[in-house]
Amino acid sequence: MSTAPAQSWVMPAVALWRREVQRFLRQRSRVVGALATPIVFWVFLGSGFGSSFKGGGATDMNYLEYTFPGTIAMILLFTAIFSTISIIEDRREGFLQAVVAAPVHRSAIAFGKIAGSATLAIFQAMLFLALAPFAGVPLSILPLLAMVGVSIIVGIGLSGLGVLIAWPMDSTQGFHAIMNLVLFPMLLLSGAFFPASGASTWLGWVMALNPLTYGVSAIRGTLYYGQEGALVGGPSLTASILVSIVFAFAMIVAATIVVGRKK
Amino acid sequence: MATDTNLIIEVESLTHRYGDRTALDSVSFGVTRGSIVALLGPNGGGKTTLFKILTTLLTPTSGTAKIGGSDVSAQQADVRRRIGIVFQHPSLDAQLSVAENLTCQGQLYGLRGSYLRERIAKSLDRFGLTDRARDRVSTLSGGLQRRVELAKSLVHGPEVLILDEPSTGLDPGARAVLMDQLIELRERDSVTSLLTTHLMDEANRCDKVAVLDHGRLVAQDDPASLKSRIGGDVVTIHTTAAVELSRRAEEKFGVTASIIDGVVHIEREKGHEFVPDLIEAFPGEIDSVTVGRPTLDDVFLHLTGHAISDESDDLAEKGGSR
Repeated sequence: MSTAPAQSWVMPAVALWRREVQRFLRQRSRVVGALATPIVFWVFLGSGFGSSFKGGGATDMNYLEYTFPGTIAMILLFTAIFSTISIIEDRREGFLQAVVAAPVHRSAIAFGKIAGSATLAIFQAMLFLALAPFAGVPLSILPLLAMVGVSIIVGIGLSGLGVLIAWPMDSTQGFHAIMNLVLFPMLLLSGAFFPASGASTWLGWVMALNPLTYGVSAIRGTLYYGQEGALVGGPSLTASILVSIVFAFAMIVAATIVVGRKK
Repeated sequence: MATDTNLIIEVESLTHRYGDRTALDSVSFGVTRGSIVALLGPNGGGKTTLFKILTTLLTPTSGTAKIGGSDVSAQQADVRRRIGIVFQHPSLDAQLSVAENLTCQGQLYGLRGSYLRERIAKSLDRFGLTDRARDRVSTLSGGLQRRVELAKSLVHGPEVLILDEPSTGLDPGARAVLMDQLIELRERDSVTSLLTTHLMDEANRCDKVAVLDHGRLVAQDDPASLKSRIGGDVVTIHTTAAVELSRRAEEKFGVTASIIDGVVHIEREKGHEFVPDLIEAFPGEIDSVTVGRPTLDDVFLHLTGHAISDESDDLAEKGGSR
């Protein structure tokens, strides 16, 4: 390939990113759906199980408040994963064939798709943030900015995971099977809805190996920065952010490899 | 480098196998700059495999293919930049507008800013789509969508257009318009076109026809020369008992008769003198007889021994060319 001219990188990635956002904004039901599910989940879970919740740490947090950062992670996960399903539709409807036949570096295809999906995920998460006062979550400017930054990293990692899963798939049914097998356990065992401190030893290990555990913890840690006991027994904030960055980077690399592979 | 600078596409002993099945068997041909060439053959004949190799989507088992001197396997990015592709199935995003689709395509090819806008305007204008630029693709008719597809493939200004069964889903009128557009592209922008087809009327309007059957290139020539390979006339007989009549005609006159779509075809010099003999030999059994110059259908039959629409070939395609 040394004699070949350089392939474009920035413009193709921008094109794919922009298309993702344009399509999303045209589908009102998607905007509402991707947001409504986690909110309903959060409200029912938070208020329904609130009385049986024991924080595990030195915290007087109620359950609605405890699950708030986890719900942000859930929104990031759902939006990222559902928007990467569009890869399967793009393949079926034919749009993707023109993309793979264009002189575009495979990493630009992967990154454009990841960036588009991560943008939607973060947009949805920010909308949810408006509900923070109802949960009694303290909001101040610096922790909030840090939390947004962390959400971007987590959103990129999860979108990369979505591309990784969706790219080789031929049907959306297959994707839903993976969703049930991998993504729901990943969400439930992330500390989003119950803290690791209450889990059995082996479950604790599973949680420690789950990359989303660190995502949830990073979101919680930045949102409650400087407050004792907010992390309720999870990994430290530094470790959480580091693992999230490594995860995001690994997912971008893995997605690029999968996209570059010839079928 | 190119052995003949006038050849924009050079294919040399190209072979491709899917497992045990040979989809392309040592195919060699060249396409002259500025010509319109049809790859004619039945489904499963190897057209789609050749299309995928030329568009860099498939790496051939052996042999080489070059476009503008660049190898389709070794210099992918270069080849991709030189070619515009029209896929058999739509590649448009139906939820985006015509202009948005073209913008996305242009950006994929690295275009930007005023140059990109200029290219899009030119492409839209060329296909009479300027007043449709803001329409969502999903609201357009099939024929219009095909035009957008063509406009999209030309945004980056390719030298060669490669089209896979471009007339899929088009009525005969729209098919004729498509061919007019390819001819106009050649005249105005000297774009070379290579299209796969199984339609004779389409192949007939091309400068050259390469006939592919069972993965082999059985002939390549201009349509007139191909037709002149059949010595004389073609006598076609409409009858209710085609099989029976063709067998008896073969016995009686020592000719070769074949059946295409229930109609008996016989190649024969001085066809007009043969007609009275036929009528006399089979009184009351013949509905009508026509004598004509050979068509590409006759050529295909002559070259391959079977009609292009044989069902067995359709099954072969479903069986394994994916």
